[in-house]
Amino acid sequence: MRPLEAVNDFVVKFANVNGSGSASANAMFAKSFLRMGVPVAARNIFPSNIQGLPTWYEVRVTEAGHQGRRGGVDMMVAMNPQTWDRDLAEIEPGGYLFYDSTKPLPPSKFREDITVVGVPLTRMCNEAYSVPRERQLFKNTIYVGALAALLDIEIAVIEQLLAEQFAGKERLIAANVAALHMGADYVKANLQPLGLRARRADKVGDRIYVEGNMAAGLGAVYGGATVCAWYPITPSTSLAEAFTEFCGDYRTDPATGKARYAIVQAEDEIASIGMVVGAGWNGARAFTATSGPGISLMQEFVGLSYFAEIPAVIFDVQRGGPSTGMPTRTQQSDILSAAYASHGDTKHVLLLPQDPGECFEMGALAFDLSDRLQTTIFVMLDLDIGMNEWLTEPFAWDDSRTLDRGKVMTHDELEAGRDFGRYLDVDGDGIPFRTYPGTHPTKGGYFTRGTSRNPYARYSEEGSVYVDNVQRLLRKFETAKGLVPAPVRRDAARPTRTGVIYYGSTGAAMDEALQVMEAQGRHVDALRVRGFPFADEVFDFIAAHDEVFVVEQNRDGQLRTLIMNEGGVDPAKLTAVLHYDGTPITARFITGEIAGRLTPAEPTPERRQVPEAAE
Amino acid sequence: MTYITKPQLHHPRLVENALGKTRRDYEGSVSTLCAGCGHDSISAAIIQAAYELDLPPHRVAKLSGIGCSSKTPDYFLGASHGFNTVHGRMPSVLTGANLANRDLIYLGVSGDGDSASIGFGQFAHAIRRGVNMTYIVENNGVYGLTKGQFSATSDKGSKSKKGVVNHDSAIDLVSVALQLGATFVARSFSGDKAQLVPLIKAALSHQGSAFIDCISPCIQFNNHAGSTKSFDYVRDHNEAVNTLDFVVPREAIHLDYEPGTNTLVTQHDGSVLNLHKLAEHYDPTDRISAMAYLAGRQAQGEVVTGLLYVDPKATDLHEGLETVETPLNQLTDAELIPGSKVLERLNASLR
Repeated sequence: MRPLEAVNDFVVKFANVNGSGSASANAMFAKSFLRMGVPVAARNIFPSNIQGLPTWYEVRVTEAGHQGRRGGVDMMVAMNPQTWDRDLAEIEPGGYLFYDSTKPLPPSKFREDITVVGVPLTRMCNEAYSVPRERQLFKNTIYVGALAALLDIEIAVIEQLLAEQFAGKERLIAANVAALHMGADYVKANLQPLGLRARRADKVGDRIYVEGNMAAGLGAVYGGATVCAWYPITPSTSLAEAFTEFCGDYRTDPATGKARYAIVQAEDEIASIGMVVGAGWNGARAFTATSGPGISLMQEFVGLSYFAEIPAVIFDVQRGGPSTGMPTRTQQSDILSAAYASHGDTKHVLLLPQDPGECFEMGALAFDLSDRLQTTIFVMLDLDIGMNEWLTEPFAWDDSRTLDRGKVMTHDELEAGRDFGRYLDVDGDGIPFRTYPGTHPTKGGYFTRGTSRNPYARYSEEGSVYVDNVQRLLRKFETAKGLVPAPVRRDAARPTRTGVIYYGSTGAAMDEALQVMEAQGRHVDALRVRGFPFADEVFDFIAAHDEVFVVEQNRDGQLRTLIMNEGGVDPAKLTAVLHYDGTPITARFITGEIAGRLTPAEPTPERRQVPEAAE
Repeated sequence: MTYITKPQLHHPRLVENALGKTRRDYEGSVSTLCAGCGHDSISAAIIQAAYELDLPPHRVAKLSGIGCSSKTPDYFLGASHGFNTVHGRMPSVLTGANLANRDLIYLGVSGDGDSASIGFGQFAHAIRRGVNMTYIVENNGVYGLTKGQFSATSDKGSKSKKGVVNHDSAIDLVSVALQLGATFVARSFSGDKAQLVPLIKAALSHQGSAFIDCISPCIQFNNHAGSTKSFDYVRDHNEAVNTLDFVVPREAIHLDYEPGTNTLVTQHDGSVLNLHKLAEHYDPTDRISAMAYLAGRQAQGEVVTGLLYVDPKATDLHEGLETVETPLNQLTDAELIPGSKVLERLNASLR
């Protein structure tokens, strides 16, 4: 078997033990390519555990700039004996295995069709260091150095990254640089470079490399959020923590050192959303960050927010099902429970970002929408976007932009005798005016309830009053259609009767899949949905095609269900393409699924040039 | 049924307070509770306290959960913003509201089902966070709206109207509040307005988490022989540790008790609590001995009332979070949005 050869286009996967300090070394490995102008797409696959269980980190080096997972592994850095067998099995034929060769392994532990690269990491560490923790941590830096030499990564780039990471701690920088060279020198003295190589390029541009949770937390700062109430839950925790850190940096009153924000770690998700609703009722922009189980617990309050018309923002970083295990894996499986959260007739506005750049934008936008629409806005991230670093457009802000506080009647308007009915549809858009508590001594006060009140907020159990009110809420939902981000349409090179609809983190894999299919002569028009309620374009798109694939990362085709339900779409027109094993969806999967159901592709001359075609 | 507007007619010689408001200006809509309900007496006490304190009604935010007690905020302070939230979750909503605007006065009204059962966790956590609020539980030991089930404050061995004996231990909210660090803890009785009104005034002036457990007999479902929350039982077993004169800062203090029988406590806002001792050696500023005293008297079947504990140096959640003096809901765009220059620097650090 000929060893794989590729420049700037391969997948390296690290198999580590959780808690061994490998994460920062692996991230540095990924970032070294970016500094050489070569895009990467990196993903953590981690257990629900602090220490001891297996964890993986996958780096796709991709000069073409694909942001999705490719699937398959060209080089495995096998640092975890527990998962040796399955890690070995995952390597592509012709691929490479990098391992710690301190302890000899029998030939049966290897494969014939791969290249085995052994570096005696443990022995090198034991000879160089005496403190056990140092032996463990520097082992990671040593293997990064060895990989750099094997893959032609510029060592100066990694030295610079180390200098930035340990800025101000000169001793640590020197020690890590020494470890880095220890690994590189070993390779140069004992091994040959591999068929996989890095080469300086100019394909990163001014893009930044950041996690979606961090971007969303920053979005909340720019969106004017002042109250955050949250309960720790993977994979959303780092969102609240990022908000906390950004607030410390950007929201501290320079004169007094006091906080222009309040962050409370609540006793549970019910209290979190309760605080958000209380703060929203009182005119502050407030949010919580959570995941599926939190959404389940928040249902009653979300309904109250809907009926009592109180602004709230929920960042839902989606993950797999209940309890432990799958919850540290990614899914898009809360779409229905968010869209129709709570009892009674309710539906809610969803924003569907596809990458950290949109997490920032929609994170900020959510607060304007919640004040404008006086209801809960869900921002639906997932673990893949939230907890992985992505290459994304730089954050930008228009300094002329102001916060849209929505319809709030002021003291002066009340004083001037303007009619105030808390639930009165004065503009025909379904959105009434509200007042903040404490506005006026005698006017504008009202009693907030779920339902059972007339347009002037007075108690009523009349059926007709209830019906009028919930009909108005539907008008408001119609208004929301024009306020959520519009879908993004991307037509195939040739007219086609086949379409595909997708959203969120599926976007990265879909971009690549569309390129691959186009090159294969399979023409598919694509529509990326970015908000709910759905714009009319979504249903126009479906009407304009004979068959529409709906690609998403859950078992039940939740977006498909939502589209059928909201648009009265014939189920036969919508074909579900579903990926839900907890790993991020890949272009290989999408092209395979769609190609398998389409008529045979027309042959095209470019076909042989496609590097990562399906199958 | 629909909202009943109260007639605006009132006696021409009603006395006005310092704001030029009469007692009627602090009323709300007509109560829909049963005639003779203890909760209506508490509403009346709240009205009286707010009137006597010269509170601008719109500076009060009143919040409640679900249940008979939680309906009452509609029946007082009609010019205030009110919020009938969801069952057992008023404390979190109040906490959030308080975070948004630290300048308003927050009055939470709840019941024993709302606070000791479904909302026990939220009750506990709001208290331990030191939210600046007055939290009144209208405690009747029974579920009224759903017709007569025991609540978690029903005493062990007490009998329901249907004759069922309660086998579960009771949650004593006063003891819990003391343990969790409430900085103002009182118990009173809806039938004792003279005791209750000054306690509410003192609680509303307190700058920390103030809790009042107010025994409020349910005349429909829990006012029979065998109940420990009936008018007769509470009257027979009420042991007040003190009586309170609440003195606002500008008033002169008249001491008309025997020397050595009263305690003066000055709160943060300058208001003075003039406490006349009824129980010998009871020190309402000593939390530990208050807990011990309560436990001892409770074991004897007594219902201890009065101002049980006050910390004159109380602090609140905002002090812990070190938030700015300006209410968060009034911060301007310039104070909230870091702007594009900051993003440029941040972008540079993410490459």
